[in-house]
Amino acid sequence: MLPIKQDFPIFKNNPDLIYLDSAATSLKPKSVIDALCMYYEKYSANVGRAIYKLSQDATQAYEDSRSAVAEFISADPDEIVFTRNTTESLNLLAYTLGKNIKPGDKIVTSIMEHHSNFVPWQQLAKQKKAQLNIIDIDDEGRLDLSNLQKLITQKTKIVTLTYVSNVLGTINPIASIIKKIKQINPKTTIIIDAAQAVSHIPINVKRLGADFIAFSAHKMFGPTGVGILWGKKEKLINLPPYLFGGEMIEEVNIKNTTFKDPPYKFEAGTPSITEIIVFKQALSYIQKIGFENIQKHEQQVIEYALHTLQKEFKNNIKILGTKNIKQRIGVLTFSFAHYHPHDISQILDEDHICVRSGHHCAMPLHTRLKLPASTRASFHIYNSYEDVDKLVAGLKKVEKILQ
Amino acid sequence: MSSIYHDILLDHYKNPRNFGNLKNANKKTTISNPVCGDKINMMIRLKGGKIKDIKFSGQGCVISTASTSLLTEYIKNKPLTTFCKKVVRDKKTSYMVTLDKDFILELLNIHIGPVRLKCALLPLEALKKLLK
Repeated sequence: MLPIKQDFPIFKNNPDLIYLDSAATSLKPKSVIDALCMYYEKYSANVGRAIYKLSQDATQAYEDSRSAVAEFISADPDEIVFTRNTTESLNLLAYTLGKNIKPGDKIVTSIMEHHSNFVPWQQLAKQKKAQLNIIDIDDEGRLDLSNLQKLITQKTKIVTLTYVSNVLGTINPIASIIKKIKQINPKTTIIIDAAQAVSHIPINVKRLGADFIAFSAHKMFGPTGVGILWGKKEKLINLPPYLFGGEMIEEVNIKNTTFKDPPYKFEAGTPSITEIIVFKQALSYIQKIGFENIQKHEQQVIEYALHTLQKEFKNNIKILGTKNIKQRIGVLTFSFAHYHPHDISQILDEDHICVRSGHHCAMPLHTRLKLPASTRASFHIYNSYEDVDKLVAGLKKVEKILQ
Repeated sequence: MSSIYHDILLDHYKNPRNFGNLKNANKKTTISNPVCGDKINMMIRLKGGKIKDIKFSGQGCVISTASTSLLTEYIKNKPLTTFCKKVVRDKKTSYMVTLDKDFILELLNIHIGPVRLKCALLPLEALKKLLK
Protein backbone atom coordinates (compact mmCIF):
# COMPACT_ATOMS: atom_id res chain seq x y z
CA MET A 1 0.00 0.00 0.00
CA LEU A 2 1.22 3.47 -0.85
CA PRO A 3 1.16 6.11 1.91
CA ILE A 4 -0.33 8.63 -0.48
CA LYS A 5 -3.15 10.37 1.40
CA GLN A 6 -0.71 12.85 2.94
CA ASP A 7 0.05 14.29 -0.51
CA PHE A 8 -3.59 15.40 -0.90
CA PRO A 9 -4.60 18.40 1.25
CA ILE A 10 -8.31 17.63 0.82
CA PHE A 11 -7.94 14.83 3.38
CA LYS A 12 -6.53 17.28 5.91
CA ASN A 13 -9.58 19.50 5.49
CA ASN A 14 -12.00 16.55 5.37
CA PRO A 15 -10.49 13.92 7.67
CA ASP A 16 -13.50 11.60 7.30
CA LEU A 17 -13.59 11.73 3.52
CA ILE A 18 -13.81 8.40 1.69
CA TYR A 19 -13.42 9.49 -1.90
CA LEU A 20 -14.53 6.80 -4.33
CA ASP A 21 -15.23 8.88 -7.42
CA SER A 22 -11.88 9.20 -9.15
CA ALA A 23 -13.36 7.98 -12.43
CA ALA A 24 -15.32 11.25 -12.45
CA THR A 25 -12.38 13.38 -11.36
CA SER A 26 -9.27 12.68 -9.35
CA LEU A 27 -8.17 14.61 -6.29
CA LYS A 28 -5.25 17.03 -6.58
CA PRO A 29 -1.90 16.72 -4.81
CA LYS A 30 -0.33 19.67 -2.99
CA SER A 31 2.31 20.19 -5.68
CA VAL A 32 -0.44 20.88 -8.24
CA ILE A 33 -2.35 23.22 -5.94
CA ASP A 34 0.81 25.14 -5.01
CA ALA A 35 1.73 25.58 -8.66
CA LEU A 36 -1.69 27.12 -9.36
CA CYS A 37 -1.00 29.84 -6.79
CA MET A 38 2.53 30.32 -8.01
CA TYR A 39 1.39 31.27 -11.52
CA TYR A 40 -1.08 33.84 -10.22
CA GLU A 41 1.39 35.25 -7.71
CA LYS A 42 4.56 35.27 -9.79
CA TYR A 43 4.06 35.40 -13.56
CA SER A 44 0.38 35.79 -14.31
CA ALA A 45 0.32 36.95 -17.95
CA ASN A 46 -1.14 35.86 -21.27
CA VAL A 47 0.88 33.56 -23.48
CA GLY A 48 2.23 33.85 -26.99
CA ARG A 49 1.84 37.51 -27.79
CA ALA A 50 3.79 39.90 -25.65
CA ILE A 51 7.47 40.70 -25.59
CA TYR A 52 7.72 41.57 -21.90
CA LYS A 53 9.42 39.09 -19.62
CA LEU A 54 6.42 38.02 -17.57
CA SER A 55 4.59 36.90 -20.67
CA GLN A 56 7.70 35.21 -21.98
CA ASP A 57 7.94 33.25 -18.73
CA ALA A 58 4.31 32.22 -18.95
CA THR A 59 4.75 31.20 -22.60
CA GLN A 60 7.83 29.18 -21.71
CA ALA A 61 6.00 27.40 -18.87
CA TYR A 62 3.04 26.76 -21.20
CA GLU A 63 5.27 25.19 -23.84
CA ASP A 64 7.19 23.25 -21.18
CA SER A 65 3.89 21.68 -20.22
CA ARG A 66 3.24 20.71 -23.83
CA SER A 67 6.66 19.05 -23.94
CA ALA A 68 5.94 17.25 -20.67
CA VAL A 69 2.68 15.85 -22.06
CA ALA A 70 4.48 14.79 -25.23
CA GLU A 71 7.16 13.02 -23.23
CA PHE A 72 4.50 11.37 -21.04
CA ILE A 73 2.96 9.58 -24.02
CA SER A 74 6.13 9.35 -26.18
CA ALA A 75 4.95 11.89 -28.74
CA ASP A 76 6.33 15.09 -30.29
CA PRO A 77 5.33 18.41 -28.69
CA ASP A 78 3.77 19.72 -31.91
CA GLU A 79 1.41 16.74 -31.89
CA ILE A 80 -0.14 17.88 -28.59
CA VAL A 81 -3.22 20.10 -28.88
CA PHE A 82 -4.66 21.63 -25.72
CA THR A 83 -8.46 21.74 -25.55
CA ARG A 84 -10.89 22.15 -22.64
CA ASN A 85 -11.54 18.46 -22.00
CA THR A 86 -11.79 15.02 -23.60
CA THR A 87 -15.27 15.86 -24.86
CA GLU A 88 -13.96 18.89 -26.74
CA SER A 89 -11.05 16.88 -28.17
CA LEU A 90 -13.49 14.28 -29.51
CA ASN A 91 -15.89 16.92 -30.84
CA LEU A 92 -12.98 18.64 -32.57
CA LEU A 93 -12.34 15.37 -34.38
CA ALA A 94 -16.00 14.70 -35.21
CA TYR A 95 -16.30 18.21 -36.62
CA THR A 96 -13.07 18.27 -38.64
CA LEU A 97 -12.91 14.65 -39.78
CA GLY A 98 -16.63 14.85 -40.41
CA LYS A 99 -16.12 17.24 -43.31
CA ASN A 100 -14.88 14.31 -45.41
CA ILE A 101 -17.60 11.85 -44.41
CA LYS A 102 -19.96 10.98 -47.25
CA PRO A 103 -23.32 9.21 -47.42
CA GLY A 104 -22.83 5.47 -47.00
CA ASP A 105 -19.48 5.79 -45.19
CA LYS A 106 -19.13 3.81 -41.98
CA ILE A 107 -18.19 4.97 -38.52
CA VAL A 108 -17.53 2.32 -35.87
CA THR A 109 -17.79 2.75 -32.12
CA SER A 110 -18.77 0.51 -29.21
CA ILE A 111 -21.66 0.06 -26.80
CA MET A 112 -19.42 0.76 -23.79
CA GLU A 113 -18.55 4.35 -24.80
CA HIS A 114 -19.04 7.40 -22.64
CA HIS A 115 -21.58 9.74 -24.26
CA SER A 116 -18.69 12.02 -25.24
CA ASN A 117 -17.41 9.35 -27.62
CA PHE A 118 -20.83 8.26 -28.76
CA VAL A 119 -23.10 11.24 -29.32
CA PRO A 120 -20.70 13.27 -31.57
CA TRP A 121 -20.39 10.29 -33.94
CA GLN A 122 -24.07 9.40 -33.81
CA GLN A 123 -24.91 12.99 -34.74
CA LEU A 124 -22.26 13.11 -37.46
CA ALA A 125 -23.61 9.88 -38.96
CA LYS A 126 -27.12 11.35 -38.98
CA GLN A 127 -26.01 14.61 -40.61
CA LYS A 128 -23.95 12.88 -43.29
CA LYS A 129 -26.26 9.88 -43.82
CA ALA A 130 -23.36 7.67 -42.83
CA GLN A 131 -23.72 4.35 -41.02
CA LEU A 132 -22.93 4.04 -37.32
CA ASN A 133 -21.80 0.52 -36.41
CA ILE A 134 -21.61 -0.45 -32.77
CA ILE A 135 -19.34 -3.14 -31.35
CA ASP A 136 -21.16 -5.13 -28.67
CA ILE A 137 -19.82 -6.57 -25.40
CA ASP A 138 -19.74 -10.14 -24.10
CA ASP A 139 -21.19 -11.36 -20.80
CA GLU A 140 -18.05 -10.36 -18.94
CA GLY A 141 -18.18 -6.80 -20.22
CA ARG A 142 -15.39 -7.14 -22.77
CA LEU A 143 -15.62 -5.93 -26.36
CA ASP A 144 -17.02 -8.65 -28.59
CA LEU A 145 -14.54 -8.59 -31.46
CA SER A 146 -15.75 -11.78 -33.14
CA ASN A 147 -17.16 -9.96 -36.16
CA LEU A 148 -14.47 -7.30 -36.51
CA GLN A 149 -13.38 -8.80 -39.82
CA LYS A 150 -16.88 -8.24 -41.19
CA LEU A 151 -17.43 -4.88 -39.53
CA ILE A 152 -14.37 -3.12 -40.92
CA THR A 153 -14.64 -2.57 -44.65
CA GLN A 154 -13.21 -0.16 -47.22
CA LYS A 155 -16.14 2.12 -46.34
CA THR A 156 -15.06 2.34 -42.68
CA LYS A 157 -13.65 5.83 -42.36
CA ILE A 158 -13.46 6.14 -38.58
CA VAL A 159 -13.18 3.71 -35.68
CA THR A 160 -13.43 5.33 -32.26
CA LEU A 161 -13.10 3.29 -29.07
CA THR A 162 -12.49 3.77 -25.41
CA TYR A 163 -9.31 2.34 -23.93
CA VAL A 164 -10.99 1.68 -20.57
CA SER A 165 -14.73 1.65 -19.84
CA ASN A 166 -15.79 4.26 -17.27
CA VAL A 167 -18.53 1.90 -16.06
CA LEU A 168 -17.18 -1.63 -16.43
CA GLY A 169 -13.54 -0.79 -15.77
CA THR A 170 -12.61 -3.13 -18.61
CA ILE A 171 -9.23 -2.50 -20.19
CA ASN A 172 -9.71 -3.09 -23.89
CA PRO A 173 -6.84 -4.75 -25.80
CA ILE A 174 -6.50 -1.56 -27.81
CA ALA A 175 -3.08 -2.16 -29.41
CA SER A 176 -4.11 -5.50 -30.89
CA ILE A 177 -7.52 -4.15 -31.98
CA ILE A 178 -5.81 -1.27 -33.78
CA LYS A 179 -3.40 -3.67 -35.47
CA LYS A 180 -6.27 -5.84 -36.73
CA ILE A 181 -8.24 -2.85 -38.02
CA LYS A 182 -5.22 -1.41 -39.84
CA GLN A 183 -4.58 -4.82 -41.43
CA ILE A 184 -8.10 -4.85 -42.85
CA ASN A 185 -8.20 -1.19 -43.86
CA PRO A 186 -5.02 0.85 -43.34
CA LYS A 187 -6.87 4.03 -44.31
CA THR A 188 -9.32 3.86 -41.39
CA THR A 189 -8.72 6.66 -38.92
CA ILE A 190 -8.54 5.25 -35.39
CA ILE A 191 -9.40 7.37 -32.36
CA ILE A 192 -8.89 6.29 -28.77
CA ASP A 193 -10.69 7.84 -25.81
CA ALA A 194 -8.01 7.43 -23.16
CA ALA A 195 -9.69 9.52 -20.45
CA GLN A 196 -10.11 6.60 -18.05
CA ALA A 197 -6.85 4.89 -19.01
CA VAL A 198 -4.18 7.54 -18.94
CA SER A 199 -3.57 7.76 -15.19
CA HIS A 200 -3.65 3.98 -14.77
CA ILE A 201 -1.85 2.56 -17.80
CA PRO A 202 1.36 3.88 -19.42
CA ILE A 203 0.63 5.00 -22.98
CA ASN A 204 3.17 5.07 -25.76
CA VAL A 205 1.49 6.48 -28.84
CA LYS A 206 4.23 5.19 -31.11
CA ARG A 207 3.56 1.62 -30.00
CA LEU A 208 -0.22 1.95 -29.74
CA GLY A 209 -0.71 2.72 -33.43
CA ALA A 210 -3.79 4.95 -33.13
CA ASP A 211 -4.18 8.13 -35.18
CA PHE A 212 -5.69 10.25 -32.41
CA ILE A 213 -5.94 10.01 -28.64
CA ALA A 214 -8.04 12.17 -26.33
CA PHE A 215 -7.81 12.59 -22.56
CA SER A 216 -8.29 15.09 -19.72
CA ALA A 217 -5.89 16.48 -17.12
CA HIS A 218 -8.41 16.47 -14.28
CA LYS A 219 -8.67 12.69 -14.21
CA MET A 220 -4.88 12.45 -13.75
CA PHE A 221 -4.43 14.61 -10.63
CA GLY A 222 -4.31 17.78 -12.73
CA PRO A 223 -6.60 20.81 -12.87
CA THR A 224 -9.96 20.99 -14.61
CA GLY A 225 -10.32 22.81 -17.92
CA VAL A 226 -7.52 21.02 -19.78
CA GLY A 227 -8.15 18.44 -22.45
CA ILE A 228 -5.51 16.90 -24.65
CA LEU A 229 -5.77 15.83 -28.23
CA TRP A 230 -2.82 13.94 -29.55
CA GLY A 231 -2.73 13.31 -33.29
CA LYS A 232 -0.16 11.95 -35.70
CA LYS A 233 1.60 14.95 -37.22
CA GLU A 234 0.50 14.34 -40.81
CA LYS A 235 -3.07 13.74 -39.64
CA LEU A 236 -3.16 17.03 -37.74
CA ILE A 237 -1.69 18.92 -40.70
CA ASN A 238 -4.48 17.65 -42.94
CA LEU A 239 -7.31 18.63 -40.59
CA PRO A 240 -9.05 21.97 -41.08
CA PRO A 241 -9.21 24.33 -38.08
CA TYR A 242 -12.02 23.80 -35.58
CA LEU A 243 -12.37 27.23 -33.97
CA PHE A 244 -11.31 30.49 -35.62
CA GLY A 245 -9.93 33.56 -33.92
CA GLY A 246 -6.92 34.80 -32.02
CA GLU A 247 -3.67 32.86 -31.74
CA MET A 248 -4.50 30.35 -34.48
CA ILE A 249 -3.81 32.63 -37.46
CA GLU A 250 -0.67 33.46 -39.37
CA GLU A 251 -1.94 36.37 -41.43
CA VAL A 252 -5.34 37.98 -41.80
CA ASN A 253 -6.45 40.33 -44.54
CA ILE A 254 -9.91 41.43 -45.61
CA LYS A 255 -10.33 38.66 -48.15
CA ASN A 256 -8.34 35.82 -46.64
CA THR A 257 -6.69 34.24 -43.62
CA THR A 258 -3.81 31.83 -43.37
CA PHE A 259 -3.50 29.58 -40.35
CA LYS A 260 -0.63 28.53 -38.15
CA ASP A 261 0.70 24.98 -38.21
CA PRO A 262 -0.56 22.43 -35.69
CA PRO A 263 -0.92 22.43 -32.75
CA TYR A 264 -1.56 26.23 -32.73
CA LYS A 265 -4.05 25.97 -35.59
CA PHE A 266 -6.40 24.25 -33.12
CA GLU A 267 -5.85 26.54 -30.14
CA ALA A 268 -7.93 29.63 -30.86
CA GLY A 269 -8.40 32.15 -28.08
CA THR A 270 -6.78 32.43 -24.67
CA PRO A 271 -6.37 28.89 -23.35
CA SER A 272 -6.59 27.67 -19.74
CA ILE A 273 -3.08 29.03 -19.20
CA THR A 274 -2.71 28.37 -15.48
CA GLU A 275 -4.22 24.94 -15.64
CA ILE A 276 -2.12 23.88 -18.60
CA ILE A 277 1.08 25.12 -16.93
CA VAL A 278 0.17 23.34 -13.71
CA PHE A 279 -0.70 20.12 -15.50
CA LYS A 280 3.04 19.49 -15.75
CA GLN A 281 3.17 19.05 -11.98
CA ALA A 282 0.48 16.38 -12.17
CA LEU A 283 2.47 14.48 -14.76
CA SER A 284 5.60 14.70 -12.60
CA TYR A 285 3.57 13.41 -9.69
CA ILE A 286 2.47 10.33 -11.64
CA GLN A 287 6.02 9.77 -12.85
CA LYS A 288 7.37 10.10 -9.32
CA ILE A 289 5.05 7.37 -8.07
CA GLY A 290 5.47 5.29 -11.19
CA PHE A 291 2.95 3.27 -13.16
CA GLU A 292 4.24 0.01 -11.74
CA ASN A 293 3.38 1.15 -8.21
CA ILE A 294 0.06 2.68 -9.28
CA GLN A 295 -1.05 -0.54 -10.93
CA LYS A 296 0.14 -2.74 -8.08
CA HIS A 297 -1.67 -0.59 -5.51
CA GLU A 298 -4.83 -0.42 -7.56
CA GLN A 299 -4.92 -4.17 -8.20
CA GLN A 300 -4.50 -4.87 -4.48
CA VAL A 301 -7.36 -2.53 -3.56
CA ILE A 302 -9.69 -3.72 -6.31
CA GLU A 303 -8.98 -7.39 -5.55
CA TYR A 304 -9.77 -6.76 -1.88
CA ALA A 305 -12.91 -4.83 -2.81
CA LEU A 306 -14.21 -7.50 -5.19
CA HIS A 307 -13.52 -10.21 -2.63
CA THR A 308 -14.96 -8.37 0.38
CA LEU A 309 -18.12 -7.13 -1.33
CA GLN A 310 -18.92 -10.59 -2.62
CA LYS A 311 -18.16 -12.23 0.71
CA GLU A 312 -20.34 -9.77 2.64
CA PHE A 313 -23.30 -9.42 0.30
CA LYS A 314 -23.24 -12.65 -1.74
CA ASN A 315 -25.94 -12.63 -4.43
CA ASN A 316 -27.35 -9.33 -3.22
CA ILE A 317 -24.58 -7.48 -5.00
CA LYS A 318 -24.03 -7.74 -8.73
CA ILE A 319 -20.70 -6.36 -9.83
CA LEU A 320 -20.47 -5.39 -13.50
CA GLY A 321 -17.54 -6.28 -15.73
CA THR A 322 -14.82 -8.87 -15.64
CA LYS A 323 -13.57 -10.35 -12.36
CA ASN A 324 -10.09 -10.72 -13.88
CA ILE A 325 -8.15 -7.93 -12.14
CA LYS A 326 -5.51 -7.91 -14.88
CA GLN A 327 -8.18 -6.85 -17.37
CA ARG A 328 -9.72 -4.04 -15.35
CA ILE A 329 -8.87 -0.85 -13.51
CA GLY A 330 -10.19 0.32 -10.15
CA VAL A 331 -13.70 1.12 -11.35
CA LEU A 332 -16.27 -0.96 -9.52
CA THR A 333 -19.86 -0.56 -10.65
CA PHE A 334 -22.63 -2.57 -9.10
CA SER A 335 -26.31 -3.02 -8.44
CA PHE A 336 -27.27 -3.79 -4.87
CA ALA A 337 -30.43 -5.80 -4.21
CA HIS A 338 -33.48 -3.73 -5.19
CA TYR A 339 -32.06 -0.59 -3.63
CA HIS A 340 -32.09 2.47 -5.82
CA PRO A 341 -28.59 3.80 -6.70
CA HIS A 342 -29.66 7.31 -5.68
CA ASP A 343 -30.65 6.09 -2.22
CA ILE A 344 -27.46 4.06 -1.91
CA SER A 345 -25.23 7.03 -2.65
CA GLN A 346 -27.32 9.36 -0.51
CA ILE A 347 -27.00 7.09 2.53
CA LEU A 348 -23.28 6.53 1.88
CA ASP A 349 -22.84 10.29 1.74
CA GLU A 350 -24.13 10.53 5.30
CA ASP A 351 -20.86 8.82 6.28
CA HIS A 352 -18.78 10.94 3.87
CA ILE A 353 -18.44 8.14 1.34
CA CYS A 354 -18.49 9.60 -2.17
CA VAL A 355 -19.74 7.26 -4.87
CA ARG A 356 -21.64 8.00 -8.03
CA SER A 357 -25.09 6.82 -9.02
CA GLY A 358 -26.92 6.97 -12.31
CA HIS A 359 -25.91 5.96 -15.80
CA HIS A 360 -22.43 7.54 -15.64
CA CYS A 361 -22.85 9.14 -19.08
CA ALA A 362 -23.22 5.68 -20.62
CA MET A 363 -26.92 5.21 -21.32
CA PRO A 364 -26.51 2.87 -24.31
CA LEU A 365 -24.42 0.57 -22.11
CA HIS A 366 -27.00 0.61 -19.31
CA THR A 367 -29.77 -0.17 -21.80
CA ARG A 368 -27.65 -3.05 -23.09
CA LEU A 369 -27.20 -4.32 -19.52
CA LYS A 370 -30.95 -3.82 -18.85
CA LEU A 371 -30.17 -1.54 -15.91
CA PRO A 372 -31.84 1.84 -15.46
CA ALA A 373 -28.96 2.97 -13.27
CA SER A 374 -26.06 1.67 -11.21
CA THR A 375 -23.74 2.67 -8.37
CA ARG A 376 -20.07 3.22 -9.06
CA ALA A 377 -17.16 3.24 -6.63
CA SER A 378 -13.89 4.08 -8.33
CA PHE A 379 -10.52 3.72 -6.65
CA HIS A 380 -7.15 5.35 -7.17
CA ILE A 381 -3.79 5.62 -5.49
CA TYR A 382 -5.06 7.40 -2.38
CA ASN A 383 -7.62 4.70 -1.56
CA SER A 384 -6.87 1.99 0.98
CA TYR A 385 -8.30 -1.29 2.29
CA GLU A 386 -9.85 0.81 5.03
CA ASP A 387 -11.84 2.75 2.44
CA VAL A 388 -13.22 -0.56 1.15
CA ASP A 389 -14.18 -1.54 4.70
CA LYS A 390 -15.97 1.79 5.14
CA LEU A 391 -17.85 1.18 1.88
CA VAL A 392 -18.92 -2.24 3.13
CA ALA A 393 -20.08 -0.76 6.45
CA GLY A 394 -21.96 1.94 4.53
CA LEU A 395 -23.71 -0.64 2.36
CA LYS A 396 -24.74 -2.56 5.49
CA LYS A 397 -26.30 0.65 6.72
CA VAL A 398 -28.17 0.95 3.41
CA GLU A 399 -29.54 -2.55 3.98
CA LYS A 400 -30.55 -1.69 7.52
CA ILE A 401 -32.40 1.49 6.54
CA LEU A 402 -34.10 0.32 3.37
CA GLN A 403 -34.83 -3.34 4.09
CA MET B 1 -24.82 14.11 9.62
CA SER B 2 -28.46 13.34 10.32
CA SER B 3 -30.26 11.15 7.84
CA ILE B 4 -32.84 12.52 5.43
CA TYR B 5 -34.37 9.07 5.59
CA HIS B 6 -36.69 9.78 8.51
CA ASP B 7 -39.43 7.39 9.61
CA ILE B 8 -42.37 8.96 7.77
CA LEU B 9 -40.40 8.99 4.53
CA LEU B 10 -39.39 5.35 4.92
CA ASP B 11 -42.92 4.36 5.87
CA HIS B 12 -44.30 5.90 2.68
CA TYR B 13 -41.53 4.17 0.69
CA LYS B 14 -42.10 0.77 2.21
CA ASN B 15 -45.90 1.03 2.34
CA PRO B 16 -46.80 3.50 -0.39
CA ARG B 17 -50.36 4.83 -0.14
CA ASN B 18 -52.59 4.74 -3.20
CA PHE B 19 -50.27 2.27 -4.90
CA GLY B 20 -51.71 0.06 -7.62
CA ASN B 21 -53.97 0.36 -10.63
CA LEU B 22 -57.12 2.44 -10.95
CA LYS B 23 -59.65 0.57 -13.07
CA ASN B 24 -62.13 3.38 -13.58
CA ALA B 25 -59.54 6.10 -14.15
CA ASN B 26 -60.51 8.80 -16.64
CA LYS B 27 -56.99 10.20 -16.93
CA LYS B 28 -53.62 8.46 -16.99
CA THR B 29 -50.05 9.55 -17.50
CA THR B 30 -46.51 8.23 -17.24
CA ILE B 31 -43.52 10.29 -16.34
CA SER B 32 -39.91 9.21 -16.03
CA ASN B 33 -36.51 10.49 -15.07
CA PRO B 34 -34.01 8.99 -17.51
CA VAL B 35 -31.12 9.98 -15.25
CA CYS B 36 -32.01 7.33 -12.69
CA GLY B 37 -34.66 5.26 -14.43
CA ASP B 38 -37.49 6.31 -12.13
CA LYS B 39 -40.94 5.89 -13.64
CA ILE B 40 -44.34 6.87 -12.30
CA ASN B 41 -47.67 5.90 -13.80
CA MET B 42 -50.36 8.12 -12.32
CA MET B 43 -54.08 7.48 -12.75
CA ILE B 44 -56.93 9.65 -11.54
CA ARG B 45 -60.73 9.63 -11.54
CA LEU B 46 -61.81 13.20 -11.90
CA LYS B 47 -65.44 13.95 -10.99
CA GLY B 48 -67.31 16.98 -9.76
CA GLY B 49 -64.27 19.19 -9.41
CA LYS B 50 -62.46 16.67 -7.25
CA ILE B 51 -59.92 13.92 -7.70
CA LYS B 52 -62.25 11.20 -6.41
CA ASP B 53 -59.58 8.54 -6.66
CA ILE B 54 -55.89 8.38 -7.48
CA LYS B 55 -53.41 5.54 -7.80
CA PHE B 56 -49.84 5.23 -8.92
CA SER B 57 -47.50 2.47 -9.97
CA GLY B 58 -43.95 2.21 -11.24
CA GLN B 59 -40.49 2.12 -9.74
CA GLY B 60 -38.49 4.73 -7.98
CA CYS B 61 -36.13 5.69 -5.23
CA VAL B 62 -37.18 6.43 -1.67
CA ILE B 63 -37.62 10.14 -2.36
CA SER B 64 -39.72 9.82 -5.52
CA THR B 65 -41.85 6.98 -4.12
CA ALA B 66 -42.50 8.69 -0.77
CA SER B 67 -43.13 12.00 -2.51
CA THR B 68 -45.72 10.42 -4.80
CA SER B 69 -47.37 8.58 -1.91
CA LEU B 70 -47.59 11.74 0.21
CA LEU B 71 -48.81 13.89 -2.66
CA THR B 72 -51.56 11.46 -3.69
CA GLU B 73 -52.68 11.29 -0.08
CA TYR B 74 -52.81 15.07 0.11
CA ILE B 75 -54.80 15.74 -3.05
CA LYS B 76 -57.26 12.84 -2.89
CA ASN B 77 -60.84 14.01 -2.40
CA LYS B 78 -59.85 17.67 -2.02
CA PRO B 79 -61.61 20.18 -4.27
CA LEU B 80 -59.30 20.90 -7.21
CA THR B 81 -59.47 24.57 -6.33
CA THR B 82 -57.38 23.91 -3.21
CA PHE B 83 -54.34 23.21 -5.32
CA CYS B 84 -55.30 24.33 -8.83
CA LYS B 85 -56.24 27.46 -10.72
CA LYS B 86 -59.11 26.95 -13.12
CA VAL B 87 -58.30 27.96 -16.69
CA VAL B 88 -61.06 28.23 -19.32
CA ARG B 89 -59.88 28.66 -22.87
CA ASP B 90 -62.04 28.11 -25.98
CA LYS B 91 -64.78 26.70 -23.74
CA LYS B 92 -62.34 24.02 -22.54
CA THR B 93 -61.58 23.81 -18.86
CA SER B 94 -58.14 22.89 -17.63
CA TYR B 95 -56.37 23.26 -14.33
CA MET B 96 -53.05 24.83 -13.48
CA VAL B 97 -51.51 23.11 -10.49
CA THR B 98 -50.42 25.70 -7.95
CA LEU B 99 -48.36 23.34 -5.76
CA ASP B 100 -44.64 24.04 -5.98
CA LYS B 101 -41.21 22.86 -4.97
CA ASP B 102 -41.44 24.34 -1.49
CA PHE B 103 -44.78 22.64 -0.87
CA ILE B 104 -43.33 19.23 -1.81
CA LEU B 105 -40.23 19.73 0.33
CA GLU B 106 -42.41 20.69 3.25
CA LEU B 107 -44.54 17.62 2.66
CA LEU B 108 -41.40 15.47 2.64
CA ASN B 109 -39.86 17.45 5.48
CA ILE B 110 -36.32 17.21 4.07
CA HIS B 111 -33.56 19.35 2.64
CA ILE B 112 -32.07 17.93 -0.52
CA GLY B 113 -29.58 18.93 -3.19
CA PRO B 114 -30.41 19.79 -6.80
CA VAL B 115 -29.93 16.24 -8.09
CA ARG B 116 -32.42 14.68 -5.69
CA LEU B 117 -34.87 17.54 -6.19
CA LYS B 118 -35.80 16.02 -9.53
CA CYS B 119 -36.78 12.79 -7.71
CA ALA B 120 -38.95 14.71 -5.25
CA LEU B 121 -40.71 16.71 -7.95
CA LEU B 122 -41.43 13.80 -10.28
CA PRO B 123 -45.02 13.22 -8.98
CA LEU B 124 -45.76 16.93 -9.25
CA GLU B 125 -44.74 16.82 -12.89
CA ALA B 126 -47.09 13.88 -13.40
CA LEU B 127 -49.97 15.69 -11.71
CA LYS B 128 -49.40 18.81 -13.79
CA LYS B 129 -49.48 16.72 -16.94
CA LEU B 130 -52.72 15.05 -15.85
CA LEU B 131 -54.62 18.24 -15.12
CA LYS B 132 -53.41 20.33 -18.03
